[in-house]
Parts: sequence; C-alpha cells; structure tokens
Amino acid sequence: MPIISIKNMTKTFQIGDVRLDALKNLDLTINKGEYITIMGPSGSGKSTMLNLLGCLDTPTKGQYFLDGQDIATLEDDLLSKIRGKKTGFIFQSYNLIAQLNIIENIEVPMYYQGMSETLSKERAEELAEIVGLSDRLKHKPSELSGGQQQRVAIARALANDPVVLLADEPTGNLDSKSGYEILEILNDLHEKGKTLIVITHDDRIAKLSERTIHLLDGRIDKEDNNKR
Amino acid sequence: MQWFGFKRTIKLGIKSLWMHRLRSILTTLGIIFGVCSVIAMLAIGEGASRQTQEAIARLGSSNIIIETVKPPQKQTDSGSGNTVISYGLTYADAEAIRNCIPNVEVAVPIRQLDQQARYLNRKLPIKLIGTIPWYTEISPISVIRGRFLTSIDVEYRLNVCVIDEKTARDLFLFDDPMGQDIKIYGSYYRVMGISSSTIQNNHSNSFGGSNFETSDQAIGYVYIPVSTAKIRFTEFKASFDGGTSSRERVELQKITIKVQSMEQIIPIRNVLQALLENRHKEKDYNIIVPLELLKQAAQSKRIFNIVLGSIAAISLLVGGIGIMNIMLASVSERTREIGIRRALGAKKKDIIFQFLTETVLLTLIGGLVGIAVGALIPFLVTRFGNMPTVITTWSILLSFGISGATGITFGLYPAWRAANMDPIESLRHE
Ligand SMILES: Nc1ncnc2c1ncn2[C@@H]1O[C@H](COP(=O)(O)OP(=O)(O)O)[C@@H](O)[C@H]1O
Ligand SMILES: [Mg+2]
Repeated sequence: MPIISIKNMTKTFQIGDVRLDALKNLDLTINKGEYITIMGPSGSGKSTMLNLLGCLDTPTKGQYFLDGQDIATLEDDLLSKIRGKKTGFIFQSYNLIAQLNIIENIEVPMYYQGMSETLSKERAEELAEIVGLSDRLKHKPSELSGGQQQRVAIARALANDPVVLLADEPTGNLDSKSGYEILEILNDLHEKGKTLIVITHDDRIAKLSERTIHLLDGRIDKEDNNKR
Repeated sequence: MQWFGFKRTIKLGIKSLWMHRLRSILTTLGIIFGVCSVIAMLAIGEGASRQTQEAIARLGSSNIIIETVKPPQKQTDSGSGNTVISYGLTYADAEAIRNCIPNVEVAVPIRQLDQQARYLNRKLPIKLIGTIPWYTEISPISVIRGRFLTSIDVEYRLNVCVIDEKTARDLFLFDDPMGQDIKIYGSYYRVMGISSSTIQNNHSNSFGGSNFETSDQAIGYVYIPVSTAKIRFTEFKASFDGGTSSRERVELQKITIKVQSMEQIIPIRNVLQALLENRHKEKDYNIIVPLELLKQAAQSKRIFNIVLGSIAAISLLVGGIGIMNIMLASVSERTREIGIRRALGAKKKDIIFQFLTETVLLTLIGGLVGIAVGALIPFLVTRFGNMPTVITTWSILLSFGISGATGITFGLYPAWRAANMDPIESLRHE
C-alpha cells in the first residue's frame, strides 16, 4: 500500500531573474514500512525533495499524496497540522530547542497537536526510554553529546506516531560510533514497521536500506534495490 | 486554544525570558519607569487635589466670602507724618448687604483680632472673632457644650464668649470652663459654650493670594458678639514700615454670606460686586466664591490629568518601542527555533501567540514592578515630604491595563514577523 505517491512533481526556485528547477518531473511511490535512502551529489535536490515530502514546502507543479491525502494545494494551517501529525523530521544538526530540557523538547510536537500535558509527558518519557535516554530527562541539549542529541531528535520525531520518518543526513555531524548507534535505532524502527526516508552520502548506510534512490540534477538517475 | 495550552505557553514564555534574564530586565525598565511615574504622579496629584477640595469645601460651597484687603496704593503713600489709613469692609456694608440683596440667607460680619486670653495664671494666644449668632451657619464649627452667641448677646453687647476645644483644654486644663470668666485685653468674658476646633488640618493653603482659615495648632479660637468687639477693641492698628509709622483702621475683616441655593451664587456674587463697587472708592475687598474655586480646582485637575496622560503616553511609547526593538532582535536571533517549531507542527498563529505572550508577560511584569515601586514613592513623599498622596485603585488598574496593552501593541509586529518567516529558510539560518 503506497504511503507516499508523487506524480510529475516539479519544484522551481526563482532567484532574481534566474529560474532553477531543483526537482524535475519526479515520479515516486513509497510503500508503507519501506526503508528508503536518497543519495546524490551536493545540489542534486535531495533536501528539496525531503522538504516537500515533509510538507515543509509545496511543489510548483505536480501531485503529492501523503497517506492518501492531497498535499500539493493545502493551505498553511492544514500543512502545519499534517507536518506535526504525519511526518517526523530528523535533521543533520539535531535542531533541539536550547531553552527546553530533553523531555520538553520531545513534547513539542504533541503540544502543537493539542495533547494534554500529563499525556504528552508520559509519552515523552516512553520515547526517551526507547532511544535510551531515560536518565537524562531534565538535561538541557547543550549538556548532551551529539549522538545523544540526535537520539532526542529521533524521539521527538516519533512523538505523534507519524506515518513517515524523514532524516536529512542524520549521521552527518556524528563520529562513526555515535552514527552507528543512530543507524541501529533507525533499523529497529524499520523493523517495527516505520516507513523511513533517509538522505545519506555514505554507501554503507545506503546498503542498510531496502531501496536507494539516486538523484542527479533534480531527476531520479537510478534506483538500487538492496534486498537480496 | 484550550486553557492548558495557554498555561503551557505562559510557562514556555517565562522559560524563554528567563534564559535571557538580563535582556528581559533591561527591556522592562522602560515600562517599569513609565508605570512607576504614572502611579506616583497620579497619587501625588490626587492627594493635592483632594486636599484642595477639602480646604475649599470647608469654606462652604454655598457661601460667598468677602475679605478686607489692603488696597495697594495705600501701602506706598505712607507719606511723611502720622497718617491714618482707613479701608476695608464696614458694619454699614454688612447692613447694606443684609438689606439690599435678596435670597441671602445670612450675612455674617466677622471681626478678627489677634489677642491673648488669660485664665488664672495661664495665657494662650487666640484669634478673637467678633461675630453674630449665624456664624455657625457659615462655618464648619459645631457647638459641643452650652450654646453659641445669641441675638441678645449681640443686642446688649454682653461680655460673653464661646471658646473652642483647644482654648478650653489649654486654658482650663481639668477645670470646667462653663460659666467661668476669661480675661482678654482688660475685660472679662463669661464662657457660655464650647465649640469644636475650627480646622483639624495643619497644612496651610492659599489660593489667588488670599489665605483661608488655617488653624495654627498653637492658637485657640474665641468668639464674642461683634457689637461687644466694636466697643471693647479699637479699630486702629499701628503699623510701622520703614521709619514712618502709620495707623490703620479696619472695621471688619470678613463678611461671609450664605445663599439659599447654589444656583444663586453667581447672580448674587455679581450683585454684591456692583453693590460694593458702589460703596467703596477703592478695591479694598476681595470676593471669594468657594464653589468657583472648586470648579477651578476641578478644571486644573483635568489639565493636570491631561498633562500627566501625555507624559505617561510618551514614556510608555518609548518603553513600548524599546520592547518592540528587543523583540525584533529576539525574533531574528531565534529564527532557527521558529523554523524548528514550524517543522514540528506549529501554525502561524501558534508562533504569533508564543511571541505575543512573551511580550505581554514582559510588560505585565514590568507593570507590576512599576506599580510596586510607584506605590512606594507616594509613601515616601507623604512620609518625608509631608504631602498628602492618594493611590487610587483605578490608577493601579489603569497602569496594569496600559502595560498589557503596550505589550500587545508593540508585540504584535515582531510576533507577526516571526510567524511569517519561511520555515525552510528559518531552519537553514545559523
Ligand atoms: N530556497 C531556495 N532558493 C533558491 N534555490 C534553492 C533553494 N533551496 C535549494 N535551492 C537550490 O536547489 C538545488 C538543490 O538544492 P538541495 O535540495 O539543497 O540539494 P542537496 O540537498 O541535494 O545538496 C541547489 O542548486 C540549491 O541551490
Ligand atoms: Mg542537503
């Protein structure tokens, strides 16, 4: 069953007089529970694609269905709602909120969905346990290592039980050991049935996924099926 | 937005403000000073205004007071030898007023002398007031024991007096003054009654150059029939200025008129003016209408309030602009946080609400501190400056309301800016 379905999607940026097609007539279908990696040289449109998939942006042309819902033409408030409810973002630079402690950071997406404080706190504690940070709940992000911060970010992305997890080079800022731990967690999540889309530069990481999409100049260059 | 959402937004706001403590404190200073000055000025103004109103009200709002004043030219032509300067209100004036002007309830002549009263070996400086029984109609005094002066006292020029509590206390100590004789300027006067002390206020007020009854704590009041005063005390008073001496003659220091209803005050004042102009060559009298003074006081209070309002508005505007400036800086500094929140599902209005909450919190906290400090200032002014102050509830509510309104007004634009930033751009912001 497709969880994501893109048809003939184009994203054009206008910089002064210059128009730049960051994505050109893309077609892509991703099924529920799939683990996808996206690769490609810098500037090939990977982040642009992930932002569109994560509803942070809308396509210039074409269609995008997420979990059966047409996203391409939604207005801002609904887009925000879907972002918070159906997608979970993991960034290269963690992007935790500095003045909030770990538990509060994990609660943020639930807060914007209107969940009560008691419920969201309980859920945030569960999630912290899943990513192995139960002993750090009251710490501020600055008191944590990069790997730990990224684990908080994963917990936060899972907060509203999204249909898809989107990660833009999640291990890009980490040493190999911490990076490995993050990949372990993502693998576990995949095994539990989460749909994952991960941008990476690393062939070894791509090999862990089921399918790798290679982007080049805003087009899909080729697709690798990594399942033997 | 549900209540718990609101509560959490406030908690979040406090957290963000706490993270930049120093900046938050500096930001609120503008509001603190603004509110503080509003509270303090309102309290001082209100205190002064009430004091004025009380002082005027004591004069009697249905009274017209005519005072003797020394005409200016008489002060200069003191000549060479001994001259007698005669001026001021006369018994005939009082008579004329009583007879010629309709709707006058009473016209009370008042002769006022600085004297000394003695009883046994005790002395007390007093204001001796020669008047008629209707004095009680135009003055706030009341008779505590015995009686006030009567028509018979006046008609037969009896040597009787009514003393005020102060005189009774200081002259008689524990003795009963009733029926005793006190000695003033060589004559004895029998105490027929005791009145309340004139004024319990120890501040002196002056309006338009004329001093109103102000009681000196050290001075007692003794009332005697005006007719008795006329025969017992000379109307001449020696005055020395420069090397030359001159003598002054004044019959009455005051005539106080009570009219039947307030609407008649102004017409009667005009008639009085005409009458007196006719009878006096020089303007050696001054007509005071307490009701008009009250109106003037109200008017000047209105002006004071307008001036105060403008100052407050300007200081809060300055404070508000300061806050807006800092909030704009804060928004651009927290661009990334805004991007993160948007990516995690925050709607534009959530962001607006978050920043607006922070600004309003800042101004309300500033307002509260300002009110606390502002309430302290009038307290100190009263304590050390010996000036009355009144902090009204509405001034506190007003200040608090204004601080909140300032927060909303000047927080709206930065919040709007924050909400309308592009999420992706914000996330890329370093
Ligand atoms: N907001 C934007 N405005 C203009 N051009 C953009 C914007 N975002 C991305 N681009 C351009 O689109 C292309 C693809 O960018 P991006 O998706 O970030 O590449 P990648 O993540 O693969 O390195 C690049 O040429 C980039 O300069
Ligand atoms: Mg990128």
